[in-house]
Amino acid sequence: MRTPFKQMLATGNVFIWGCAAGVSLSLLMVFGLLLLIMINGLGYFWISDIVDLTLKDGQHVMGQLAGREVIPRTITPDRPEGKSRVRVKIGNRDLSGLDFKWVNDDQIVSQAYPADVVLLERREWGNMYARIQAVYSGEKLLAEGNEAGWTALGPLISSADDLHRQIKQIEQFEIGAINADIERLRLKIRAIEMEHPASPVSSEMKAQVADTETRYREKTAELETLRARFDEYSVVMVDANGREKQIAVGQIVRALRPNEMGVWQKSWIYLVNVWAALSTEPREANTEGGIFPAIFGTVLMVIIMSLAVVPFGVLAALYLREYARQGAMVRLVRIAVNNLAGVPSIVFGVFGLGFFIYAIGGTLDTLFYPERLPTPTFGTGGILWASLTLALLTVPVVIVSTEEGLAAVPREFREGSLALGATKLETMLKVVIPSALPGILTGLILAMARAAGEVAPLMLTGVVKLAPALPLDGSWPFFHFDRKFMHLGFHIYDVGFQSPNVEAAKPMVYITTLVLITVVILLNLTAIVLRNHLRKKYAGSVL
Amino acid sequence: MYPSPLSAHEPSSAPTLHSQVPDGPNRHAQPPDKNAGIQEAKLSLNQINFYYGAHQSLFNINAQIIKNQVTSFIGPSGCGKSTLLRCLNRLNDLIEGARLEGTVLIDGVNILGPDVDVTDLRKRVGMVFQKSNPFPKSIYENVAYGPRLHGMRQRTQLDQIVEQGLKGAGLWDEVKDRLHASAFGLSGGQQQRLCIARALAVKPDVLLMDEPCSALDPVATAKIEELLFSLKQELTVIIVTHNMQQAARVSDWTAFMYLGELVEFGLTKQMFTTPAKKQTEDYITGRFG
Repeated sequence: MRTPFKQMLATGNVFIWGCAAGVSLSLLMVFGLLLLIMINGLGYFWISDIVDLTLKDGQHVMGQLAGREVIPRTITPDRPEGKSRVRVKIGNRDLSGLDFKWVNDDQIVSQAYPADVVLLERREWGNMYARIQAVYSGEKLLAEGNEAGWTALGPLISSADDLHRQIKQIEQFEIGAINADIERLRLKIRAIEMEHPASPVSSEMKAQVADTETRYREKTAELETLRARFDEYSVVMVDANGREKQIAVGQIVRALRPNEMGVWQKSWIYLVNVWAALSTEPREANTEGGIFPAIFGTVLMVIIMSLAVVPFGVLAALYLREYARQGAMVRLVRIAVNNLAGVPSIVFGVFGLGFFIYAIGGTLDTLFYPERLPTPTFGTGGILWASLTLALLTVPVVIVSTEEGLAAVPREFREGSLALGATKLETMLKVVIPSALPGILTGLILAMARAAGEVAPLMLTGVVKLAPALPLDGSWPFFHFDRKFMHLGFHIYDVGFQSPNVEAAKPMVYITTLVLITVVILLNLTAIVLRNHLRKKYAGSVL
Repeated sequence: MYPSPLSAHEPSSAPTLHSQVPDGPNRHAQPPDKNAGIQEAKLSLNQINFYYGAHQSLFNINAQIIKNQVTSFIGPSGCGKSTLLRCLNRLNDLIEGARLEGTVLIDGVNILGPDVDVTDLRKRVGMVFQKSNPFPKSIYENVAYGPRLHGMRQRTQLDQIVEQGLKGAGLWDEVKDRLHASAFGLSGGQQQRLCIARALAVKPDVLLMDEPCSALDPVATAKIEELLFSLKQELTVIIVTHNMQQAARVSDWTAFMYLGELVEFGLTKQMFTTPAKKQTEDYITGRFG
């Protein structure tokens, strides 16, 4: 006598349902996570209206609504919906010291969306929500009142923006170049001194040094005048409670009146914001501004890692599968390789620090850059060492999948090639490796996915919170493998958990997460498209 | 177990370059009428013993393969036909633990010597496998693979060789419009003929065929058999087959192998009408195997 349940067990339907449920649950969680990140991250770019709340005590709270919650333990039988409170981003950190404020609903007397409120995005101290009282040029009054001030402010901000760009240009490139010249001269002199301690520095050298120093002074003077113009104009703002604050126009990134804007205008601003986040540098200890350096660092690191890991992994797999005599030794090596994949990543970080940075980098420094010592060049963390460390971390993945790819190349292909008089090497290069390429690329995809998400080993081998310059730029020799870099994964950790203003940085965490996931997906998609293309090309091979 | 007069036979003194039909394996063979001209031995197998590790799979094989004729090896599965074939281009070298004794002379030169250039040997001794194995490349690239390996770079020359190869394999008319399409788009029989074309493009003297039709339908088989008649004008063909009718149809000479020994070797006509050995007769008439 078989009960239905026993029958279900016997046919295995139970397990199929169980598996299906497990898979669905996992997918649901993945999509739920993605949705959460997207809602929280993408919502940040939308400029919401500025609300002006009048409280019972006559105080005003002005800012952007950032959430609402039911106060715990206020739900009573006669009030099933409970009491709620709203969270307002009040900005004006220099006035109130807070970015956010909770306001209980029952404290609010009235709520308004005044059209004339101005949102100032500042380079420091976060947003300001206020009205314009007056615009000054030095001591001279240019415009008075909110409306007149608003019209006067627009052109001033855009000219200050140009100025800001000019200053950046001078600081980053011109003074940067002069600094590089000075450093080069200093190292040259130091190298000469090290070789011939007795001989004095030649007059030509001295002239060059003097020349660069003059150029440096000229540029700094130019910078000073520009900075002075930066502070020339100022605006006095008055907040909802009548407090005044004078702000230099140069400090303002953007002035908006969100309550006046229509949906289209806001959508445009939204796109501008998205672009700014992707293309600009961070401000305010990474909590504001863009994440471009981190995106750049992540992508470049993954690319360097791929360039290092593929040849190594493929050569190792080729040797193990095709050339080594299959026996106990090779089996042992395989086991070791597989276990390597399970070593905690921080251990790789420590290895990278000890081997790449201290041993190799230190040696390189003493051999090639002795004049720079004790300042290390390669003997400190940098993008090259971080990439190589990650390459070590991911090489087992590439070896294993390349070996699988090689094993799947039919023996007939090899024999066919050998029977035509090809040597083993020619057979490898012309038939076996092309057929195994999809397998190799699968390994690369897995390696990239793993590498892009690793943070722990990078913290030891070259990632920083804020890198002054990109590892790839216009100054000779363009690729600066010794430079430290920023990374999206580390950025999440830094912004989310190490910043002084965690609450304000929260959207940044979501955005960075979203960008990191997107970058990983894009890198993988590229490799997958490439693999599918190859598969089509070698259609019929078993892979 | 099945004593064979052939394997017991001592190898004749090393055959000279242009030795006539050897007296050994073919002593009871008359020269075939159709090629009544020169009957020189292209390959001469002497005392071949082959071991997979400790297991011996070929015992004292002696045979003379006549130039520009088709020689077929028949016998039940596992009798060592394919192993013997793969000794002739030293494809067995790849197998770990394999050991080959004896000599194989091609045009009087021992190809089993240690100083033989194996790639050069394989260039002269082409091979077609049981399962068609075109490379995952275009039809053109498949045929051009061998010539390219051996240093041919000129496009016009390559084009010519590819055309010749495909024509030689009777495939040209079917594929000339899609030379750059994938070889995997061809039918099974076409793929096998592509493999023949690929082997021909290297211009070998000897073509080894390891059951080339076992995976093909009768029409494709007939095409390849037809091909053999034209191929033997240019080269010496050795074919291993399971199919006795095929051996009877295509070959001038037939060798019957059983359990690693060469039982009987003679003119096909004679083998199939008046076999000298009881075992051969039993196999041919279908009493075993």
